[in-house]
Order: sequence, then C-alpha cells, then structure tokens
Amino acid sequence: MSARGEALLWTAQRASAAVLALCVAVHLATMIYAVHAGLGAAEILSRTRGNALWLGFYALFLLAVAVHAPLGLRAVLGEWLGWRGRSRDAALAAFALALAWLGARAILGVFL
Amino acid sequence: MKAALRARNHPAYWAFLVHRVSGILLVLYLPAHFWVLGLALHQAARLDAFLRWTDQPLARFGEWGLVLLLAAHLAGGLRLLALEFLPWRDWQKALAAAAAALALVVGLAFALAL
Repeated sequence: MSARGEALLWTAQRASAAVLALCVAVHLATMIYAVHAGLGAAEILSRTRGNALWLGFYALFLLAVAVHAPLGLRAVLGEWLGWRGRSRDAALAAFALALAWLGARAILGVFL
Repeated sequence: MKAALRARNHPAYWAFLVHRVSGILLVLYLPAHFWVLGLALHQAARLDAFLRWTDQPLARFGEWGLVLLLAAHLAGGLRLLALEFLPWRDWQKALAAAAAALALVVGLAFALAL
C-alpha cells in the first residue's frame, strides 16, 4: 500500500479509537448496570426495543468497531505472522464487511 | 534469548502485550457476540435459552474475563492515544499503571454487580 494509504489507515485507526473510547465506556457502564438488573432476553429487549437513542448509539459503536477491529488485526497479521500485501487487505476488507453485517443484524435484532 | 527477554521486561512492553492480546481475543469474540444477539431477530427463545445457560458460574467467570479484556483494551488504548497525541512521553510508567488500574476498577465493579 502507498504511504498515503497507510497514513489514512493510521488516522482511521486513531479516529475510530477515540470514538470507541467513549462508546466502550458507556457499554461497560451499561453492562455493569444490566447484569445487576438481570440479564434475560425480556430484560434486554425491554430496554432496547424501539429506543432510537440506543439504536443511534450502537450504530455509531458498530461503525467504529468495523473500522477498528480489522485495522488492529492488520497490524497483528503483518508484525506477528508476516502476512502483508493485497491478499491480507482483501481478507480484512471481507472481515470488516462480515462484522458490519453481523453487527447490523444484532442491532436490528434487539431494536425491532 | 535471556537478553531479549530482559530487554522486553519493562512496563511499556507489558502494556503493549496486554493491549495486543486483549485486542486479538476481542476480535475473536465479536462475531460470536453479534451472532448471539442476532438470534433476537427470529429466534427469541434460543436467545433466552442461551442467556439462561450463561447464568452458570463458569459462564459468569467467562463474562467477567471478557469485561476485563474490554476494560484492559480500552485503558491500553487511552494510554496509546495519550502517548501519541499528548506531550506525556516522560510518563510512560505512570500511564501503564493508570491503564492497569482502570481495567482493575472496571473488572471489580463488574464482579461485584454479578
């Protein structure tokens, strides 16, 4: 990849990290509250169904994760397994799409 | 080998290793996490059965481990952002300690809530 492309990915990784810092803090606080209040399907769904604020928050969270996780994995694959080049980036792009699809399904599953 | 290990035995290296390993484990966990939540779309009964299964102590311990991993990765990430974007380069050990403390606090809070 070109130096410009690498710089763009570096920026995307830091920008998504900054979004995630906020999202993960909220997610952790919600989890601690949720397990205390009871963690059954009914309890979860009563909090999430039809809640637009919740939907917006988790859509942003998912977007940041779908950028951040594959880019993190990219560094690990390159540095620890020596897998670089187009095949790695194509595999990671597919992984990012799969994560986004699975995540969107999960969000819609508990919202609708 | 011994020299290489000694060269790596400092807080910044351990902070790097924890950040990387927690990141890898979270990446492996994410698809499963999303898949289970996706069950709510068409198979609410299966989701409920799975959530009931997670009530057992070993699953609870696993959940606690995941929360700790997430907290550790968050804390390690904040440390990295601070190192890269703030003029705190002399504070490496303090940052690593703060990251470890944050992860521990979240882990304890979750364990107490369980």
